[in-house]
Amino acid sequence: MSEMPIIEAEKCSGCGLCVSVCACGALTMVGNVITVVEVDDCGWCAQCELVCPNGAISLPFEIVIEEL
Amino acid sequence: MAVQIEILKNVPYFAGLDTSELNSIARLMFEKKVDRGEMVLLEGESADKLYFIASGVVKIFKTSAEGKEQILDIIRPGQSFNDVSIFDGGPALASAQAMGPVVIYGIRKSNLESILRATPRLVFNIIKVLAGRVRHLASLVEDLSFKRVIGRVAKILLEHAGDGTSGPRPRLTQQEMAAMAGSAREVIGRSLKALEEDGVIRLDRQRIVITNKEALKEIMESPA
Repeated sequence: MSEMPIIEAEKCSGCGLCVSVCACGALTMVGNVITVVEVDDCGWCAQCELVCPNGAISLPFEIVIEEL
Repeated sequence: MAVQIEILKNVPYFAGLDTSELNSIARLMFEKKVDRGEMVLLEGESADKLYFIASGVVKIFKTSAEGKEQILDIIRPGQSFNDVSIFDGGPALASAQAMGPVVIYGIRKSNLESILRATPRLVFNIIKVLAGRVRHLASLVEDLSFKRVIGRVAKILLEHAGDGTSGPRPRLTQQEMAAMAGSAREVIGRSLKALEEDGVIRLDRQRIVITNKEALKEIMESPA
């Protein structure tokens, strides 16, 4: 199961801007609520995080040092 | 579809206007639908229309000769773009690209001037919008010229890096990195891309892999 963007429901105003910029269909609007759908091709582009006016979407990165 | 008054009510340019005034303005505007990735405006081109976002998001950016992009602003519903060339008569200051499907409302410069002559109190709204734009851009100039954000991002990455084996590490969003670096979210994306182009890190979906730790340390320590 691949990891998907995290929505904080209490911060989300339901404006739908994240849905409009999501190219892979990982985000949809059900009623007035943003819902995350598990898709294979979410490339973690973070455009949804960039456009959210309320900081309600998180795409956290794990930072690792490559082992040679 | 005609320009909707309900949307114009949320446009800061037209704050405080009544429905009949908004109706007069709406008659002078046109609607344009734009697909994801489509360019609405090209930097340097002659542009005599002011645009407002009815729905969707547009990014405003400049591109360097080497093709590197710096986002200047993210324009959301109600906000305007191409204000500067409308008022100074010069070419478009930056490019504008739809980040998804976007509906924009446009108005020709000559029509905007007619509206301003008929409703001079709008000038105060516009001054407020433009002052906000100056404040935003001044903050971006500060980030890009004095803060050496890339060095700060390198430091954040090194401080938060794990070797992938020693248990879970705290994970960071680009928004959090921006807050830690005292910078704008737009500048962090650019810094990560620059580090990736330099071959120092690799963006691997939700992992940032440090591929050259020594080079990243040098970037962290090098003076501005």
